[in-house]
Amino acid sequence: MNLKPETLSRIDEVIPHYPTKRSATLPLLHLIQEEVGYISNEAIEWIAAKLELQPINVYEVVTFYPMFRQKPIGRRHIKVCRTLSCALMGGYKTCATFENEFHTHLGEVSPDGEVTVEFVECLASCGTAPVVMIDDELHEKVDAAKAKQLSDQIKGEAKARK
Amino acid sequence: MPAPAQHRIIFQHIDEPGYTNDLACYVQHGGYEVMKRAYARPPAELVDEVKKSGLRGRGGAGFPCGVKWSLLDRKSGKPIYLVVNADESEPGTFKDRYIMHQDPHQLIEGIMITCFANSVKQAYIYIRGEFPHGARILEKAIAEARAANFVGPNVLGSGYGCEIYVHRGAGAYICGEETGLIESLEGKRPYPRIKPPYFPAVLGLYQCPTIVNNVETLCHVKYIADVGGEAFAKIGTPNNTGTRILCVSGHVQKPGYYEFEVGKITMGQLLNEVCGGPLPGRTFKAVIPGGSSAKILKFGERFKGKRKVGAEMVDYDWAVEDVPMDFDSLGMIGTMGGSGGVIVMDDTVNMVEALANINAFYAHESCGQCTPCREGSLWMKKISARMVHGDARPEDGQLLKSVADQIAGRTICAFGEACAWPTQSYVAKFGDEFKGYAEAKKAGKPAATTLV
Repeated sequence: MNLKPETLSRIDEVIPHYPTKRSATLPLLHLIQEEVGYISNEAIEWIAAKLELQPINVYEVVTFYPMFRQKPIGRRHIKVCRTLSCALMGGYKTCATFENEFHTHLGEVSPDGEVTVEFVECLASCGTAPVVMIDDELHEKVDAAKAKQLSDQIKGEAKARK
Repeated sequence: MPAPAQHRIIFQHIDEPGYTNDLACYVQHGGYEVMKRAYARPPAELVDEVKKSGLRGRGGAGFPCGVKWSLLDRKSGKPIYLVVNADESEPGTFKDRYIMHQDPHQLIEGIMITCFANSVKQAYIYIRGEFPHGARILEKAIAEARAANFVGPNVLGSGYGCEIYVHRGAGAYICGEETGLIESLEGKRPYPRIKPPYFPAVLGLYQCPTIVNNVETLCHVKYIADVGGEAFAKIGTPNNTGTRILCVSGHVQKPGYYEFEVGKITMGQLLNEVCGGPLPGRTFKAVIPGGSSAKILKFGERFKGKRKVGAEMVDYDWAVEDVPMDFDSLGMIGTMGGSGGVIVMDDTVNMVEALANINAFYAHESCGQCTPCREGSLWMKKISARMVHGDARPEDGQLLKSVADQIAGRTICAFGEACAWPTQSYVAKFGDEFKGYAEAKKAGKPAATTLV
């Protein structure tokens, strides 16, 4: 594993927060996924060695929690809330808009590599439904028109980069 | 009767212009003064105040907080932990989000008072993974509090030390279940533990005595330490003390969060006056009063029985609109106050589709440990999805019910009930809609909104 010095120092800082090293499994997975983008087998083995565990102890955690992924995703991660309050306010239309805008299907990397659109369960912002998280940012009241607007913004940023 | 005014204690500063989430602003508004006074008192006295207050947990179960604390095994010689449940994952609930993002020091002060009262040396805030900013805000706030000696090895020079760390979840609903949360904090899959013997108060985090409290509950503890248990018990109604944040979402004009004295406002006042009533041209059809697991209420149904008012037993005959929003009243009519998440559905919603949405949620979130829940939640999802996207049969409602009936009471944790109650109550109250769903589909009335 070639991790940045900042990531390594944050890893060394977080482990002593707990009386047992195993407790640092989730924090380490988050830190590595934030840097690398996904959790590889190499990362699983690295974490296991670091925390004095068997790789299976880390692997079973990766496969259980929805936020950890074992494959790379698009440059931006669009997570649309699927659960009842958002669905009542049009969440399914919001999600379909993102899929159409980027010519992609749920869970796949879009052909241009820009985004991965995902349907996720409740994001705990039901009063401003439908909600969408793009990377770490929460967007509220995202109807189809606002989804189009956000998509255009992402496309614009992609163009500016090229 | 007009709705009472909001009584904002926990949300006093939420959305206040100019109020920021840093220490300076909090201190300027009198922050950490309650804690300073609390630290001058014997810890047992603080526990008594919370017992006297009658505070009930705001996470979902409504268990009395003082009783929870008094169950702690204080003689084991093992360290005692406080775990703050900031997983806020019950669909329809979105109150803790605002506390943590806008007023994190209120929570930290509540944590430090709770820790002092219960001789806790280490607290963890388990925050859901979907709140990355919330986690950063809390970490910054804890660092500020540590620098000001409100958190750390020698808090306020009292000789008492306590540390707080933030621990992020990763998108699993079951981590809101307290023993699942503890497993997750230990770095494992969040499989809930069986009780007995694993009551957190005795065998919790690292097999040590542990308190697990919700974010809002701990903010109430801070307020109780300020005004005293007796004064707190005068707010709200007997056995349903204090204020409660009601989160309203779905088909109302003004969804959002509203803080009221518990039991002083009815469902009708909340939805029609506070939230502005149904959307134009529509009527209310159903409401879930306490998070998606709570049994649904159907507008038009009536609830009759006897209830205790003061020392007397009084008859009640309520429509949905008349039900006071407190733990006991909602419990009496067969549902629950739960986490305070009120989800409203109007006459455009087909209940088969709404149930299919919820069943998909529970099938996704079952941890898979207990067979009845793992298989049952999946079959309920499959059956209801088939009704919507494939062929619906008149007997499907009964089939769904028979699956649900085999889950509740047969699982390690309350998820079994949580996933069965929606199906049981939807089928019981909207049975005709399930029976006639195939016909309704054939009639070709397109659904206003896709729900599944």
